[in-house]
Amino acid sequence: MTRDRRLSWINGLLLPLFNVLTAFLATAVVFILIDVNPIEATKILIYGAFGYEEGIGYTLYYTTNFIFTGLAVAVAFHAGLFNIGGEGQAYVGGLGTALVALYIDPTLSAWLIIPLGISGGLLFGAMWAIIPAYLQAYRGSHIVITTIMFNFLASALMVYLLVHVLREVGQMSPQSKDFPDSAWIPFVHDVFAGMGYKIAESPLNLSFIIALLFSALVWFFLWHTRWGFAIRATGKSNDAAVYSGINPKKIIVVTMCISGALAGLVGINELMGVQHRLLLDFNYGYGFGGIAVALMGRNHPIGIIIAALLFGILYQGGMDLAFEMQSVSRHIIVVMQGLVILFCGGLEYLYRPILIRFLAPIEASE
Amino acid sequence: MDQSNIAIELTDVDKHFGAVHANDKVNLSVKTGTIHGIVGENGAGKSTLMSILYGFYQSDSGQIKVFNKKFRATSSRQSIEAGIGMVHQHFMLVDNFTVLENVILGSEGGALISESLDKARIELTRLAKEYGLEVELDVPVESLSVGMQQRVEILKGLYKGAKILILDEPTGVLTPQESDELFRIFEALKKQGVTIILITHKLREIMNITDYVSVMRAGKMVAHRQTSETNPEELAELMIGRKVLFNIKKSKAKSGKPLLIAKNLEIHNEQGMKRVSEVSFEARSGEILGIAGVTGNGQGTLLKALAGILPLSKGSIKILGETISPEITLNPAQLRNLGVAHVPEDRQKMGMIADFSASETALLGYHNDKEINQGIWLKRSSVKANCQSIMEAFDVRPTNPDLKSSSFSGGNQQKLILAREFERDPEVLIIGQPTRGVDIGAIEFIRKRIIEMRDAGKAIILISVELEEIMSLSDRIIVMCDGEITGTVDASDADEATLGMMMANALISQEKSNEAQL
Repeated sequence: MTRDRRLSWINGLLLPLFNVLTAFLATAVVFILIDVNPIEATKILIYGAFGYEEGIGYTLYYTTNFIFTGLAVAVAFHAGLFNIGGEGQAYVGGLGTALVALYIDPTLSAWLIIPLGISGGLLFGAMWAIIPAYLQAYRGSHIVITTIMFNFLASALMVYLLVHVLREVGQMSPQSKDFPDSAWIPFVHDVFAGMGYKIAESPLNLSFIIALLFSALVWFFLWHTRWGFAIRATGKSNDAAVYSGINPKKIIVVTMCISGALAGLVGINELMGVQHRLLLDFNYGYGFGGIAVALMGRNHPIGIIIAALLFGILYQGGMDLAFEMQSVSRHIIVVMQGLVILFCGGLEYLYRPILIRFLAPIEASE
Repeated sequence: MDQSNIAIELTDVDKHFGAVHANDKVNLSVKTGTIHGIVGENGAGKSTLMSILYGFYQSDSGQIKVFNKKFRATSSRQSIEAGIGMVHQHFMLVDNFTVLENVILGSEGGALISESLDKARIELTRLAKEYGLEVELDVPVESLSVGMQQRVEILKGLYKGAKILILDEPTGVLTPQESDELFRIFEALKKQGVTIILITHKLREIMNITDYVSVMRAGKMVAHRQTSETNPEELAELMIGRKVLFNIKKSKAKSGKPLLIAKNLEIHNEQGMKRVSEVSFEARSGEILGIAGVTGNGQGTLLKALAGILPLSKGSIKILGETISPEITLNPAQLRNLGVAHVPEDRQKMGMIADFSASETALLGYHNDKEINQGIWLKRSSVKANCQSIMEAFDVRPTNPDLKSSSFSGGNQQKLILAREFERDPEVLIIGQPTRGVDIGAIEFIRKRIIEMRDAGKAIILISVELEEIMSLSDRIIVMCDGEITGTVDASDADEATLGMMMANALISQEKSNEAQL
């Protein structure tokens, strides 16, 4: 095996694997500190995520959200941009989806309404990313700062809209009226029931398939189109991009729009798929989780699907764990997530020197 | 041999990096008070060897003696204590510190800086007198010329007590006159008993100033010679293991019509500083126009403007029927479509993307081409096949389009870039530093290809800091200094001394002072 090949194996597979394992070990230490047997806890967590039909459904439903936000972060990353604004873009994207669902003629076919709802999410998500993108490209404001600020703006905007504009008349809680049936993305258990199989009810809906489709699209776009090439070239070397006749400013704006649009799809799963109305904080945590997913998945769609699944397991299994074990708070999920982010993100290259020394020593010196 | 007379003695020094044998049982002995040259191609192991002496790497086996004492450095501090000073190719100076502050960097002494500054001032004044190394001590380093900065580096070494100075490609950034000045300093140092190890690939320098020369090839020390008993041809042959053509034969240029006419160009660089002003020239088909000058005198900025990367502030460029002006710009992609190829000066940063595969690097600038795109689909198989064929045409090794660009040697990377730009049959070629950091075998190949393009009727603009390259390739030469053209000569009339004077703008100022006298 050539050194190149070995290095890509180390970077692509071994590093994330070792990082996740370390995060789990650290979690085990946390469990021991709160007098919980980590092996027992792991058993419950795995059973909660995979042990029964409903659990699997929940796991995949959470996975769907993480795929969307993970893809969003990854696309931006390939252009050398760190999009921290997935949280806000998901929120505002959901608004776009909800507006379509609430104001479209409900007698229209679902085959029309759902694609329009998806477009609404894409469009609004992109809109929420375009201002930070413009500021980065043409005014030099750092994208990390501006996208974080836009998360707060999104939050404030949505509270205002839900309290004053979109709240259902006569309702106390800040949420919109229900979407018409024709704007519902079918639940997987309903689809199976239609085919004659009975499976347990869960929030898992066909958005999961949409997420897989978008993963394939992102893969094709980044590695098999000239625009993807331009984005990746810009991300790797601004100078080389300029030399090639690529305009990095345009690339920044376009890439951020794509990134925001992908994050905007969280609303498809959450609103059209499960809640069937617009409500507060439906996006909570998925935007930030997407950063960890992208980091862990090495910004590759396949890696992202795997990492998103892991996060889905943590979410669903963690809920069950908190339910089963009295001494475990449901915030243990946040702890685990934090440890994964710490080891996969912050300490990403912790094992790299060691792995390289043993598996792919340096060959050339000059 | 008298042992007490030896400054550095290496016996069977061995260093592996994984499978690569960077230094293979290297033997070397350097006499005290001599100038000892070490030559070799890129990757021959010179830098590894010097890094071992300077404590960056440790040898796997073998013995090193410095002034007859066993020596094994694990940090540069130990090397400095043993009396070894190193002047790197890229200076290790803090730009906004004064000369004095830079010299005491790393040997500040106590908590209060003023004491050591005072001490250093006295010591430096003494050193400067002794070796003829006068430098103003209280000006920031950034305001000094490159030659002066190099002096600061040398002073730094001497101040720390160096008895042996290692210089890595010291003349790469100097004008011929500055180089001569440096060599005079070498002589003065030698008289005072300082030992100098000079690493270079310029054989002329070796011949001019060294007493002894050692040649490295593929990790091995292949020969030691007394300089007076060897010649450049022999050294070159030892370096690459076969005979090389030094003067590439070329027929007289058949200049045709001008394909590029630049008029009164004024150009600002990326930072908005005016780097080029009042520059006019023509590039004709079937001719190589060389632009000579010391690095940083506006040639790079000019090159970028010609390639569409920087806009013009004033003037115009007529190129293949189009006109570029401050109002009308053409981007690099549009220029490529017109038939302008650009080999950038900075191969690593601009010409390629280290993390991309060779086939993707070979796609830079051409990713919108119709032949490789079908609708929205970029046909990777075509991209690869295309890369394979240009790699074969330019003998890029290994001939593997999937290999990461960074894993090719400098020469092969450059060949890949040239292949990308030449194989699309452009009309105007803008070439920057075609052979920088490229081994001798590849230099020959690259120069031949450039001449082939000329003979095929292309207009070629060549920018290089290697005067030898400019002189052996160009048909006409313009010289730039401080952003202006300071001389235009026919290659047949050019000699190094005149070009050197023009590069330093000495001719013009001389004329001016003559005029003033009249």
